[in-house]
Amino acid sequence: MVDREGLRAKVPAFTPGDTVRVHIKVTEGGRERIQAFEGVVIARKGGGRRETFTVRRVSHGIGVERAFPLHSPRVERIDVVRRGKARRAKLYFLRGKVGKAARIKEQR
Amino acid sequence: MMAAILGRKLGMTELFDEAGHRVSVTLIEAEPNVVVHVKTRERDGYEALQVGVGAVKERRLPKPLRGVYVKAKVAPQRHLRELRGPTAGAQPGQTITVEVFSPGDVVDVTGTSRGRGFSGAIKRHGFGGQRDSHGVSLMHRAIGSIGSSNVARVWPGKRMPGRFGNERVTIRGLRVVKVEPERNLLYLRGAVPGVRGSLLLLRSAKRQRRAARKAGAKGKERA
Repeated sequence: MVDREGLRAKVPAFTPGDTVRVHIKVTEGGRERIQAFEGVVIARKGGGRRETFTVRRVSHGIGVERAFPLHSPRVERIDVVRRGKARRAKLYFLRGKVGKAARIKEQR
Repeated sequence: MMAAILGRKLGMTELFDEAGHRVSVTLIEAEPNVVVHVKTRERDGYEALQVGVGAVKERRLPKPLRGVYVKAKVAPQRHLRELRGPTAGAQPGQTITVEVFSPGDVVDVTGTSRGRGFSGAIKRHGFGGQRDSHGVSLMHRAIGSIGSSNVARVWPGKRMPGRFGNERVTIRGLRVVKVEPERNLLYLRGAVPGVRGSLLLLRSAKRQRRAARKAGAKGKERA
């Protein structure tokens, strides 16, 4: 691919398995505010300015996944809440697991 | 002068717009184009500019072509194309840069599509093919009947497998998203014909009004 630049400077190092809190700008009725989405990173995809990552959380018993463009100006900040140990790059197997089985070991 | 320029397709990437939406863009590198010859109504019956782009060693060119550049007193150019339209007093030696376009302009892009070799009718003409099961034998991607037994011949123009791609294609109504004069770059929203590195001709859109409406409608869809 050609000419990759203009990336976000402040991307913290995080890998699949980590738990992150993503602060997103949302516009509601003309007002802009920051919303947080916290969960486990289950994938990072693409490279350069096209890179995206997917965060999974279980909210009220429902699994919710959101994919964010890593360099989107709408992603205000990414905090790493917890480092998780994962032996593979894509943690899609978590989708089939609930409760205890969906835990990820701390630290790498 | 008419707004047109020759450039090279670099490839595609994504940008974010003011709203934070991702926009797929094609990068086009257009080094300053040099006017090599001006055709006039009096002498040629129509007005046009002959424009060249890209440095090339003189010994790579056939002698007759070298003469063209000597006469125009410009450096030899790799590509030479004629841009038809009002010339507005342009002179040989003048250059056209990416700044003939600005963000928001709508352009038509002409290039040579990717050569796909000898392709079947599914890829070449969008045929549906036949079933994968239910007794279909050795005919899954075949074109089926090519006519009636009553006519006893095949109609001219019947769509069949054959050479596909590697032909001149014009994509209309692409929006200029960004212009970088320092690096001779143009960013167009959407895809453009051809492989990376191929020569493209960009002209301001022939049907401005329609293109602008399309661009506006697209913007609304997203909001």
